Amino acid sequence: MDFPIELLINAIIAGVLLGGFYIAVTVGVSISFGMLDIVNIAHPAFIILGSYIAYIMNSRLGVDPVLVGLLMLPVFYALGAAVYQVYYVSFEKRGQEALRGLAFFFGILFITEVGLILVFGVDYRYAEAPYIGPAIRFAFVDLPYRMLIPCVLSLLLLASLQVFLSRTYVGRAIKAVAQDQQALTLMAANPIAIKRIAFGISIATAALAGAFLVIIQPVEPSVGREYIGRVFAIYVLGGLGSLPGTVIGAMLLGVVESITATFYGPSWAPAVSFGFLLLTLAFRPAGILGR
Amino acid sequence: MHSRTFILVTIVVAAAVFFVAQLVANNYLFFAGYTVLQFVVLATAWNILGGYCGYVNFGSAAFFAVGAYSSVFLHKAYPLPIPVLILVAGFVAGVIGLGMGYLTLRLRGSFFAIATLALAVVLQTLVTNWDFVGGSRGAYVIRPNSLDVFGHQIPYIEYLFLQMLILAAVAIATARTIERSRLGYGFATIRDDELAAEAAGVPTLRLKLIATTLSGALMGMAGAPFPYYLGFLQPQSAFALEYAVNSIAMPMIGGTSSWIGPLIGALLLGIVQQVATVTISSAVNVLIVGVLLVAFVIIAPNGIVGFVRNLMRRGRS
Amino acid sequence: MTEPLLRIDRVGKRFGGFVALDGIALDVAPGERLGLIGPNGSGKSTLVNCICGTLRNETGSVTFDGRKMDGLAAHQRTILGLARSFQLPRPFHSLSVADNLRIPLLYAVKARSGSHLSARELDDHCVEYLRLVGLDHKAARLPRDLTQVEMRKLELARAMAAEPKLLIADESMAGLSHSEIGDILKLLMVLNARGITIILIEHIMSAVMSFSQRLAVLVSGRKIADGDPQEVVRNPEVEKAYLG
Repeated sequence: MDFPIELLINAIIAGVLLGGFYIAVTVGVSISFGMLDIVNIAHPAFIILGSYIAYIMNSRLGVDPVLVGLLMLPVFYALGAAVYQVYYVSFEKRGQEALRGLAFFFGILFITEVGLILVFGVDYRYAEAPYIGPAIRFAFVDLPYRMLIPCVLSLLLLASLQVFLSRTYVGRAIKAVAQDQQALTLMAANPIAIKRIAFGISIATAALAGAFLVIIQPVEPSVGREYIGRVFAIYVLGGLGSLPGTVIGAMLLGVVESITATFYGPSWAPAVSFGFLLLTLAFRPAGILGR
Repeated sequence: MHSRTFILVTIVVAAAVFFVAQLVANNYLFFAGYTVLQFVVLATAWNILGGYCGYVNFGSAAFFAVGAYSSVFLHKAYPLPIPVLILVAGFVAGVIGLGMGYLTLRLRGSFFAIATLALAVVLQTLVTNWDFVGGSRGAYVIRPNSLDVFGHQIPYIEYLFLQMLILAAVAIATARTIERSRLGYGFATIRDDELAAEAAGVPTLRLKLIATTLSGALMGMAGAPFPYYLGFLQPQSAFALEYAVNSIAMPMIGGTSSWIGPLIGALLLGIVQQVATVTISSAVNVLIVGVLLVAFVIIAPNGIVGFVRNLMRRGRS
Repeated sequence: MTEPLLRIDRVGKRFGGFVALDGIALDVAPGERLGLIGPNGSGKSTLVNCICGTLRNETGSVTFDGRKMDGLAAHQRTILGLARSFQLPRPFHSLSVADNLRIPLLYAVKARSGSHLSARELDDHCVEYLRLVGLDHKAARLPRDLTQVEMRKLELARAMAAEPKLLIADESMAGLSHSEIGDILKLLMVLNARGITIILIEHIMSAVMSFSQRLAVLVSGRKIADGDPQEVVRNPEVEKAYLG
């Protein structure tokens, strides 16, 4: 059999670009779950919310989706901080985050999804921008701009978060909260305030990820559920919250999904990430970089 | 009340419900009642793992669909009477519950929850790509309109209703029996503090596996008659959102600490949804359930049962 | 010399790069009262966790009552007769005080003897342990209604209810008043008189000195002294570790 090597290389490159975008999708969970121990399974719902806002601004006012994503950052930050406040008062303080906290986020996931269905229906929505469509072409390799731009911007987002976490006082406090709340009180910082900031940031990343998503593919409300598997598969693969690990996990999943879609058909793609997640949880719960 | 007495009472109540339904003899009532009872089973099953052990299962729809699709498979391969299908579905879903628990329960609880979400999507993808059971197009399950019982013609929907009624009684009796047993005490220690439970000699992993198996099996059993109820089964309807969200919301809203909470939650939400489906759309339905779920976990963390108990305690003092 | 009840043989444990236990060796004779002391972070709790199966030791082995414990889960060790109390009490919050004691009876004791206790016998046993620790008047209460010292008594009572051969009491007296410490000490002596071997891990030196027949000292994951309590506290190495 003549093995379609060109197809394979294209699939791998498409996978790397997709993986780049997956970084933006996952980085928020790396912060909330990995550093704050908050199992926000509604994170993908916030991403889809971001996509729809980008879609509205784009279709009504013609604003560039990426610009909308940037403008939404403070709004989503405030939204995240508010959600954390409710979560803290209702669950963390009462020590009920395990059962009721999870149910809370599950409820938010549904409310968002169904709310979007009621307002927009289940039709696919897409954004328009000059870079959606054209591609750079090297020999037989296609680099579509709609994939390239989210990938590059996602890497930028990750790099700036990494700098923020290691160079600034607040960033270091967030890392400290992940280790030990008591150590933080010694730094004279209020752990609740720090966690609120961190959760706000994690939701703010969903605004950008949502804008990228609507550039990459048309969205409909239930797309978010597919992303639950992706996000947590990458998160676990990447070693539970380490930012460099997130990059490797995202790229790996992107490539495997892209190859699966190319050679076996796109209907199998959702199973890849969830299958990966199940296997990793079962056999390598500390992630691929874990000991 | 002694467990044996309780089982007796459950049987009497179930018989009374069936008798009253017979008197009304309205087909719609049986259709609606079937759905409500199905939720009673799902909510009770969810609560055995979620309420008693404190492990959240987001994949109720997956277990339900496994039951439904095992019936579709057998319908095509080797047709069997529905009570047998229910047992087969219970076995298959129970094995999946056991395997799932074995793979993930050694990790922290939140990973189990995430893995159950993953399970639902993996299974849905498998079923969608499996042509024998209809794939994405779905499968027709031809059922008779009525059933001949000792010369009487009983409408088929009544027959299905009766199955689900018995199943609901079995689920509730199981939950109640566990609650008062050594197993129930063991489950409570898992929910409260697993380290301390181990130190007191409780084999936590084994108990958790019992809970996932039992809970999964009951959910699968609830799904087994479903293709016959609809006459047609598609992946989207078997893996529907509403099963996952309802089986969490009903116990949470009713109260998770005892068997009566899921029952109250399922009856209440189930009936509200039956009314709402007729009057408004099913999307609004799910929205209502979602909003109620969030409202209850924030405002009344112990559900209706906890709320009433608090009122009574305050009334006494 | 009689066979030791507990033999800890070169047990080692690391957390990442941090060596928590560096080849600890320690024998405990049947019926003995052993005190185990050491500064914070010296590895006492890690050692308890390795003995009880909450953590897995990476090197060495733990032998209890002539049986290798390595690879056994925590509940299996409890069933074999190795019970512990936790440093911070960890009651089962949704169960009443009496039901908290019912758990080890229903699980550890039942699994060991295989016999079925009737509901009546269970209640009798619970009451017996509650009387022993003086909590019988709070049997129906929930743990959250208990005071600090009552919580610690419940913690000890639950470990006792597992009917162990060896009881490890992990800082059962921290934060208690002088007379409360006396209560707990008296309780431990009663248990010891019943034939239960006890390892007492404690910071309060007066309590440790009056209780222990033998004293072992851990510093930075190593055992630096082991022997007669009076001699051990005069050991210059021990003094140095404690004075800084």
